[in-house]
Amino acid sequence: MSFSATNFAQPRPVPVGIRSNEKSLSSDPFRFRFRGSPSFLGSPHSLRFNPTPPLKLAIPHSRRSPAAAVTDVSNGKMVKSSANMLFGFVLQLITKEEGLELYEDMILGRFFEDMCAQMYYRGKMFGFVHLYNGQEAVSTGFIKLLKKEDTVVSTYRDHVHALSKGVPARAVMSELFGKATGCCRGQGGSMHMFSKEHNLIGGFAFIGEGIPVATGAAFSSKYRREVLKEASADHVTLAFFGDGTCNNGQFYECLNMAALWKLPIIFVVENNLWAIGMSHLRATSDPEIWKKGPAFGMAGVHVDGMDVLKVREVAKEAIERARRGDGPTLVECETYRFRGHSLADPDELRDPAEKARYAARDPISALKKYMIENKLANEQELKSIEKKIDEVLDDAVEYSDESPLPPRSQLLENVFADPKGFGIGPDGKYRCEDPKFTQGTAHV
Amino acid sequence: MLRAIRHKNILPAFSAFRAFSSSAKEMTVREALNSALDEEMSADPKVFLMGEEVGEYQGAYKITKGLLDKYGPERVLDTPITEAGFTGIGVGAAYYGLRPVVEFMTFNFSMQAIDHIINSAAKSNYMSAGQISVPIVFRGPNGAAAGVGAQHSQCYAAWYASCPGLKVLSPYSSEDARGLLKAAIRDPDPVVFLENELLYGESFPVSAEVLDSSFCLPIGKAKIEREGKDVTITAFSKMVGYALKAAEILAKEGISAEVINLRSIRPLDRSTINASVRKTNRLVTVEEGFPQHGVGAEICTSVIEESFGYLDAPVERIAGADVPMPYAANLERMAVPQVEDIVRAAKRACYRSVPLAATA
Repeated sequence: MSFSATNFAQPRPVPVGIRSNEKSLSSDPFRFRFRGSPSFLGSPHSLRFNPTPPLKLAIPHSRRSPAAAVTDVSNGKMVKSSANMLFGFVLQLITKEEGLELYEDMILGRFFEDMCAQMYYRGKMFGFVHLYNGQEAVSTGFIKLLKKEDTVVSTYRDHVHALSKGVPARAVMSELFGKATGCCRGQGGSMHMFSKEHNLIGGFAFIGEGIPVATGAAFSSKYRREVLKEASADHVTLAFFGDGTCNNGQFYECLNMAALWKLPIIFVVENNLWAIGMSHLRATSDPEIWKKGPAFGMAGVHVDGMDVLKVREVAKEAIERARRGDGPTLVECETYRFRGHSLADPDELRDPAEKARYAARDPISALKKYMIENKLANEQELKSIEKKIDEVLDDAVEYSDESPLPPRSQLLENVFADPKGFGIGPDGKYRCEDPKFTQGTAHV
Repeated sequence: MLRAIRHKNILPAFSAFRAFSSSAKEMTVREALNSALDEEMSADPKVFLMGEEVGEYQGAYKITKGLLDKYGPERVLDTPITEAGFTGIGVGAAYYGLRPVVEFMTFNFSMQAIDHIINSAAKSNYMSAGQISVPIVFRGPNGAAAGVGAQHSQCYAAWYASCPGLKVLSPYSSEDARGLLKAAIRDPDPVVFLENELLYGESFPVSAEVLDSSFCLPIGKAKIEREGKDVTITAFSKMVGYALKAAEILAKEGISAEVINLRSIRPLDRSTINASVRKTNRLVTVEEGFPQHGVGAEICTSVIEESFGYLDAPVERIAGADVPMPYAANLERMAVPQVEDIVRAAKRACYRSVPLAATA
């Protein structure tokens, strides 16, 4: 069962088929779909895609969220009168400050990734680099709603998650250059961004690997609250991963355990339809990923991931649910990556027409248009944000260029948390001899 | 037979040595592990157990007996059969400072979770440049049991010990089990704790000091179980028992064997091993696992690199047969080292028998 943004019902099995045109959608008045475009978009070879969202999807008793407005506006439909009006008055989804914050975050993500590509081709960055262009709405929409103590777990496509979570652009850029001033002192690299301060715990290269770790972080939050009785421990965890991961065993194992133990976690699927060169439709028996949530007893939502305001609405609900202890949510964000899987990917298998369609739905342009049309900001302010980000990035590159490479002595450091390793404490004696190590009264 | 347990290598929390009378208390390895878990859970509320059947079933091998009743289902978690999932959950919880003890029903099942043990746990401290430490313990029975077939009998000591970022421990006696498990739980790094199913029921004498709740053994220090001067035999886990029996037999024939209980496979106590070989000039390594790239291979190389001039005979390696474990009882006996194999190897090293050209 799918859910509208403002109403998450308990999952019930509902037979769902893949719709390929809007006609069948509007013939079913009780199908709430929280999205701005018709159903499953896949490889153009198997499905017909209608680029104009059927605005007449004005289902009679629909509780269409006003957030549907953004994409519709960017597609040239004037819907202010019906969609922005709820109960007769105009709903402002975001304030000016929030809008500017979202815009700045998405611009930072986009410009940063573009700069990465430039630096890679200049030889300053090396190895595997996976860029996030086009998916910024998901990162910004979710992460900007989090507190600092909340956790984000990502995959190898983690630069923008790190930036949204608050890791300074300088630290991320130096890490990519492999310098000692990077967030992991150059030891992690593009795919392994860790920041304890910002609660970004990776950066995992194996797909599906981050999901159990995220589930564990959510588990620790619940454990702290219930067993260690720390009342303020209500941190929520977001796990980001892709469509390819949704065929991996660990994903299902964690959906099961998260729902079983009601963990405060949100599983965010960034469904960009392609796993390197493998189309989601060729790899998956039932491509609608959000349906797998209810199969495990949790809410499953599908949202248009190219629209930051819609993502934000869904994220708000999911995060609140997790924070009050009502368990996990599975959110499938339909999104697209404008570049190849990585900088080494020639990206020959994707249809240019498909790329063009999604380029027209660029989340940054959509938000820009929304803000201008709703008089939240003017061109000048947005341009000044872009200029500011340009400067931040130039500074980051300069800083990274000038930073030193890690010293030789760093090679053997940090293998163990034990400072001298091997059970030997900082004073050179065996730890088990230190009375403080063996402290703790065991009442047996 | 009263085994004279040397206490030389126990470093007590207090300095006074006591006279140990022969009426020392006996404890099975199972009781030792159970009491160690109990005490650590009671001392630190962040320690929790996770695994299949650890709760209501009282533990697949009854190691966690009674802990569910004592600490409740929030600290003793029965998991679904999802090694990869729950191991990853343990690692994620450890990232945030909790201290999970993850039980694998046997270490063979850890292969389903090995990605998390190595990639998420072992490498994280390094990848994050020290920001995130992983104070987790992975424990369970390792190696061959009796007649359980190929998929339940592999020894994983060599696999895990080759990975930087992990500490790998393998106890033999109850004292080892208690001390090393307590040290592992208190350790801020990921520890792989390899037990042995056949040792769970064996009883060993333990001193009062071992029974103390703050007893801990150092990680990275081997123990000389029996002193000798003719040949050094290194072993870990169940093979220590076999090596000690072999030493008895050799003693009757005039060969005094020094038996080293490795206790810690990673880090390997190279200094103790080398010091011993420099004294005896001959080495026999014993292990249950597959011979190629095994623990014995590493020990032999370490000795050759550091004490080559002291060797009077080629180093001898006794390991399991280079085959998946067969089921038939007689074949299984042939696939695992027996006491006679150790005796034969020691004699070869001492040139008391016809030297063999290759492994038999």
